[in-house]
Amino acid sequence: MMAWFTESAEDLRRFRVLTGGQAVAEALRQIDPDVFPVYPITPQTPIIEAFAQIVADGKSHAHILTVESEHSAMSAAVGAALAGARTMTATASQGLAYMIEIVYLAASLRAPIVMAVGNRTLSGPINIHGDHSDGMLARDTGAIQIYVKNAQEAYDWMIMGTRIAEHPDVLLPVLMGLDGFTLTHSAEPVEIEEDGLVKEFVGSYEYPYALLAGTAGTYGAFAMPEHYFEIKRQQIEALDRGGVVAQRIVEDFAERTGRAYDLVEGYRMEDAERAMVIMGSQSGTVEEAVDSLRARHQKVGLVTVRMFRPFPRQMLARLLAPVQAVAVFDRSSTPGSFPPLYQEIRASVNGPRIDSIIYGLGGRDLTIDNVIQVFDRLGQSAQDSNAIFYAGSDSRTKEG
Amino acid sequence: MANLRTLAERISEEESFGSGHSMCRGCGVPIVVRTVLASIRTPVVVVNATGCLEVASTRYPVTAWSVPWLHVAFENSAAVASGVESAYMALRRKGAIHHDVTFVVFAGDGGTYDIGLQALSGALERGHRFLYVCYDNEGYMNTGIQRSGATPRAASTTTTPVGSESVGKSESRKDLTEIVLAHHIPYVAQAAISHVQDLSDKVERATKNQSASFLNVLSACPPGWGFEAQDSITMIQRAVNSGFWPLLEVIDGHWRLTSHPEPRQSVTEWFRSQKRFAHLFADHDVDLLDSLEEKTETEWRRLLALEERDREWFLSPAGQAWGLTG
Repeated sequence: MMAWFTESAEDLRRFRVLTGGQAVAEALRQIDPDVFPVYPITPQTPIIEAFAQIVADGKSHAHILTVESEHSAMSAAVGAALAGARTMTATASQGLAYMIEIVYLAASLRAPIVMAVGNRTLSGPINIHGDHSDGMLARDTGAIQIYVKNAQEAYDWMIMGTRIAEHPDVLLPVLMGLDGFTLTHSAEPVEIEEDGLVKEFVGSYEYPYALLAGTAGTYGAFAMPEHYFEIKRQQIEALDRGGVVAQRIVEDFAERTGRAYDLVEGYRMEDAERAMVIMGSQSGTVEEAVDSLRARHQKVGLVTVRMFRPFPRQMLARLLAPVQAVAVFDRSSTPGSFPPLYQEIRASVNGPRIDSIIYGLGGRDLTIDNVIQVFDRLGQSAQDSNAIFYAGSDSRTKEG
Repeated sequence: MANLRTLAERISEEESFGSGHSMCRGCGVPIVVRTVLASIRTPVVVVNATGCLEVASTRYPVTAWSVPWLHVAFENSAAVASGVESAYMALRRKGAIHHDVTFVVFAGDGGTYDIGLQALSGALERGHRFLYVCYDNEGYMNTGIQRSGATPRAASTTTTPVGSESVGKSESRKDLTEIVLAHHIPYVAQAAISHVQDLSDKVERATKNQSASFLNVLSACPPGWGFEAQDSITMIQRAVNSGFWPLLEVIDGHWRLTSHPEPRQSVTEWFRSQKRFAHLFADHDVDLLDSLEEKTETEWRRLLALEERDREWFLSPAGQAWGLTG
């Protein structure tokens, strides 16, 4: 994806060195939402700070609504989106946790709010660094969820996410997760498209049933058992359609920009016997480990899950069924059971041995050695280990 | 200012909040809703907190509302309204909307005094242009009559039941109107379902300005308070005439009472007419009743002093600009 070193001097002008947070803000400038309700939290703040400056400089007409909590940010976002305004926001960690009640309602009320999540762990203990615990808390809200690998993807998926959220067959919130600090605060070259291309790609926001359209309507009625079930099913089916719509939108994006994305990406999977599955920024670390093992003639590969909701079950089954052993890397935990991504892969893939690996909680680095250790374990037996392996963690806290 | 006949005509012609809802017999809330909506002459968008009104008026697939209406959750109606109003401002600036809209929030005392207070405070601080109407029936009635921050001291509720160790709610009610006033918004008022003309006039003044405004309207709850449904209006009249619920408005920080009951009636008589206070009379809890009388008297004198202080302002051009009579 990051082919900047092979581009001509002409093409290089489209690259800027941006943090993930700045890349999201740049996408926001081009998308130009109408309303942006937001509350500060680390590591999301680089997004809103950069975007606030863009608005202060007159480069976006967005109304930044600096509310008194994330709960109110999501509440105001629902009101604004249903009123007929293109609405976006950003948060992380405790902020997303505080929003969750209303994220369920955003999905149920079919409010297409696009939200960048600077993925950060949940307290306690309090910790500001990256993992996916916050995103997993939103797992069952009914929102579409994307996890990106780098700042370029963060920029691209804000743009694609807008189209997906607002598609009339979908009309659901989109949560785009970029790992806290690793992506939000780290600078790398990002290819920025022309403003005109982005504006044309996302089009104008026309909510089909806007509160302010002048026709009366009752939004958020209460539903008894004879109706609730069907309404919930419609919402579930809309989320499933989101996957189909997303596939078409990534293809359109690839045609216009040359950057082609898969909802699930295979890396050196052609003849792989052992495979890793991961989401988010640490995918790059696993790639390095795969390259180093491939150099030693080991048949290993990597699958990176970009779309977590709706979960691309069939794509994963196709990629992983031929493999002998799979290790699923989760950057969150489900105390008392296996972690979320592992459960998804288990439910989607038949055949291979599948191990559960938890890594990187509270921002701990995943090293290439950690990954190679996991590959080695996978080679030892065809049996499921049936125990969670904690990559990069001692069983006891070191005494200081 | 619309008179009662005009309001009645508008209510039956427009049916913004129509018949077929399932509010209790004798409930005061429909009076609040209909009077407020009939007093506003622009298109409205209503945001409603979870509560009696929401549950009893929008049972899918039917609705009592013929105006655009949005409910999201219990504690966030002021935040939702902030978003709707911000969307309106953004779309109007873009030229996508041209007509005036008045934004109205309806929330009960639970959704306002308690769980919705933070969202309300944030919205008032930001000064969104909406009218927030708290219909105050002094408790969580929809969920089975639990105490709220608006429940008066000594009231028996399902979470403050009377027993050998309890004389009902042990805390005094929160002075929400003062809390709202601390945000220095231009228009704050207390009204009541027994004084419809007063309520309507206050809605007109509240929606004149381009800022947030707040109305705290005492409603009546026959099952929650324990009285006969046909007595709702007299019940609230007693609350007003005793000084338990003073009708007042505060405009740009200037106070005035809009009802001066002469002579002011006894609060004890208001308590006596409701079953939720019956234990005070069965046990002849004279000390508690005396202290409640005394507290009401002190508060009434404080309000009269504030009114006296601001009398000049209401006669000045600034005060007269608000279209006040009397």
